[in-house]
Amino acid sequence: MIGPRPRRPWDRSPPEEREYFALLGDGLVAQLPPQTPGPPVGGGWSPPSGGAWLHIGADGAVRAFTGKAEVGQGTRVALSLAIAEELRVPLERVDLVMADTDVCPWDIGTFGSRSMVDVSPTLRKVAAGARLALIDRASQQGLGPSSALEAVDGEVRVRGKEHGIPYAGLVRAAHVVVTVPPGTPLTPAAAWRRAGQPAVDPTAEEVVSGQRVFVSDLWRPGLRFGAYLQPPRYGARLVRVDVGRLRGRAGVTVVHDGEFVGVAAGSPVAAHAALAEVDAEWELEAQPGEREIEQYLRAHPSSGDSWDSDEHRVGEPDAAYDRAPVRLEATYRSAYIAHVPLETRAALAEWDGNRVTVQVGTQTPFRAREAVAEGLGIPVDDVRIVVPYTGAGFGGKHGGPVALAAARLARAAKAPVMILFSREEEFRHGYFRPMAIVDVRVGAERDGRLVSWKFHNVNAGAAALLPPYDVPNQAVDNELSESPLPQDPYRALAANANNFAREAALDEVASLAGVDPLAARERNLSDERLLAVLHRACGAAGWTQRRRSPGKGFGLAVGLEKGGRVATVAEVRVASDRTVRVDRLIVAYEAGTIVHPENLRSQVEGASIMALGGALFEAVHFEGGRILNDRLSTYRVPRFSDLPAVEVLLLDRKDLPPAGAGETPMIAVAPAVANAIFDATRVRLRSLPLVPEGKVPERAAAPPGTETPPVVKEARARRGPSGTVARRRRGGAAGRTGRAARSRTPRPRKARGHGRPRGRPGTRRKPSRPGRAAHGSARRRTPAPHRRAPRRTRRGRRGRS
Amino acid sequence: MAERVPPLRTGRYLELRVNGAPVRVERAPERSLLELLRLDLRLTGAKYGCGEGECGACTVLLDGAPVRSCQVRTAGLDGASVVTVEGLRESGRLNAVQRAFAELGAFQCGFCTPGMVVSATALLRANPSPTDAAIRAAMDGNICRCCGYTRILAAVRRAGDLAALDRGRPA
Repeated sequence: MIGPRPRRPWDRSPPEEREYFALLGDGLVAQLPPQTPGPPVGGGWSPPSGGAWLHIGADGAVRAFTGKAEVGQGTRVALSLAIAEELRVPLERVDLVMADTDVCPWDIGTFGSRSMVDVSPTLRKVAAGARLALIDRASQQGLGPSSALEAVDGEVRVRGKEHGIPYAGLVRAAHVVVTVPPGTPLTPAAAWRRAGQPAVDPTAEEVVSGQRVFVSDLWRPGLRFGAYLQPPRYGARLVRVDVGRLRGRAGVTVVHDGEFVGVAAGSPVAAHAALAEVDAEWELEAQPGEREIEQYLRAHPSSGDSWDSDEHRVGEPDAAYDRAPVRLEATYRSAYIAHVPLETRAALAEWDGNRVTVQVGTQTPFRAREAVAEGLGIPVDDVRIVVPYTGAGFGGKHGGPVALAAARLARAAKAPVMILFSREEEFRHGYFRPMAIVDVRVGAERDGRLVSWKFHNVNAGAAALLPPYDVPNQAVDNELSESPLPQDPYRALAANANNFAREAALDEVASLAGVDPLAARERNLSDERLLAVLHRACGAAGWTQRRRSPGKGFGLAVGLEKGGRVATVAEVRVASDRTVRVDRLIVAYEAGTIVHPENLRSQVEGASIMALGGALFEAVHFEGGRILNDRLSTYRVPRFSDLPAVEVLLLDRKDLPPAGAGETPMIAVAPAVANAIFDATRVRLRSLPLVPEGKVPERAAAPPGTETPPVVKEARARRGPSGTVARRRRGGAAGRTGRAARSRTPRPRKARGHGRPRGRPGTRRKPSRPGRAAHGSARRRTPAPHRRAPRRTRRGRRGRS
Repeated sequence: MAERVPPLRTGRYLELRVNGAPVRVERAPERSLLELLRLDLRLTGAKYGCGEGECGACTVLLDGAPVRSCQVRTAGLDGASVVTVEGLRESGRLNAVQRAFAELGAFQCGFCTPGMVVSATALLRANPSPTDAAIRAAMDGNICRCCGYTRILAAVRRAGDLAALDRGRPA
């Protein structure tokens, strides 16, 4: 973190008032308009950030600034590579300051796969501008005419010469600010020497040696730990609270301000123990459970958020459907699932006079700044939000309630305060990927060509709603609902559900028409880039030579979203006891120019395996406004034992600008797996997760295309009443392996390797569950007999992740 | 690794060795080893991920064996030897597992990495050339939520080769 604070955040100051050199030292600053204070005008996603600036110091070090946060997606290195390329310096020379609201350009937030799309061009441009300015300075120092000079390896040289003037020598004792013209040319990708090449993260050593400091690792002398009261169930309303028992308690700070009740104490355990003594009474309202949720969402449309709604009509879909020889009508569902970032929400707040700095794991630091200022009733200029290294987000860390709570408690405690959510708090007081219900009706010719496409999404949103296929008659729309569970961004958000429904439906149509899934896609696609990834994946998978054997199945799916194109082939094995195993995933991905190939590959691998969780077994279970599986022993995420062979094929389009890559590789996995399970068993599974119990049901779904497909019943029967959700408590010796309660999907019990961690007899302790204590004090009233519509649940930010 | 019978002590201070150095902390029997490391000793390499031994982010070596430090009570730790990710360097140099993880970029957010590195180090000490199946089995209790398992698996394999080179034997 940059040491002293500027008088005002730089994004809120005119350029001439920014203390660049007082804070960064002598040197040269290049900046790119717009430089008007505050968020850029326009709203929505574009423009996504307010200008750019970077500093070249008297030691030749480059310090660049972006409002984006690094939450594990690797953009720190990718963006640094882009800067290193334009400035012709080694990667190690670039220090990218990210997500510090005092010194970084305003930014809308880290979501929507926008970092490479929106920020890499501006950072490249400002770096290119700085390079040209350095060449001019070298010329002024007598090296030669600018046209005869070039920048190479951190020096300006006479073209073709071995040595020149290092950047340090060109900016020594200087206080120069250059404004980079928007038209500054960028180095074409075909000429890149650093970007686009393999690169090792210069910070790798600190990561592997445990030295990287994450939010929850921060420490200050006199640090206090905070906790705050939260509703025990969704829809619960605080009717009475009494903190009297804690008044005057030594070592405990209590804040009771309106609805906010929080404590700070000397340790996390002490804070949660104190919070448990708060006497709170809640009024609960009836909440739909899993059995009623689909009907509930269909019956409770939401009025707002038109930006996350889409509607597309062309031709006469009904008439075309009626005439079509091949017809399918089916409903596809996706469960609510949780992000489960390995680091829970965390924030450290500290005050300096009337100004506060909060270091917090958030994907939207500038929005968190507004929220903290508003919540505390202080000027925005007095709030600084900094996002240190954060243990992932996946769309799950938008906003800043934890930051605000930490700031309140720190103000009252007159000491720095850290809040760290327990895992249970993370499940209960975060938000989820929305449940989706997608009604699909498709008509096709006998050769698989689509003639009618009706597609209606309930609740999940508009991402990837429109088909990439050429269909003459379409009626596509989505409807938002009042979700009883809080729902918000998640990696690729609605694109997951929409693409699952679309690609599974297309597979069904192909099967009904007796057309190979590859041919069915070829016949309906004209997007050359999508066809290219399709052929690449199928080629690598040996699609046309694939050999079926008992229990073996192959599935194919494509996807187009946020400018990226993906094709995934899944190879599954269904054992004689119907247990499903995904053996192999072949993923071809194209996202324009590749800036950091190894990171892109890593993102595609990770996204594909993460998506396998939502495809096969992940689901949030709930009843009466309470999450039933709010721990890692009951909410299952992919592990080593689930890992298939993953083959990633990257297509590099140097003629195209970089597109997003963190999300789109997710979206073809679930349909490819569902299609492969059908291939192996002739059973169509239309609800995610596909095999929550690990096995394909015996009974095949009724043939699709009937007027009232029995799919709905099937799906419900499979999931079972929510009361049967596995929720076994760990305990006894079996718990020691850390596996006992993770029982939803049977796994073969193999002999453990030698390295298997064991708790030793006598050293086991009951897991401390700070989150629980807080809720134990809640007195519950009988739920109100009437069902009130739940409050709107942060709908306004959906559709991004 | 012989099972060590912990001596019963009740003094005010708990004495143990952490990363080779003697450490004396005030007894707080309810405290977990993870809390002792992170809050008392300010060794933050081991992470809190779940508090129930499910995620492996808090893995450390206790008398040479990998344990979930969030599940280990400090009460019985007198005389124990604890090694955290911060103590894995060998003669000041990253160990083979750490070098392999760095070289192959086997991390995304990096939050699970300390636990992964400790688990893999323990595995390779017990089994210098594990099969993929052995790696998967030994590491199944370590969750990488970024799901970088492909790379982690490759890094553990590579670490086996690097460790063999370190020992002066062919891989």
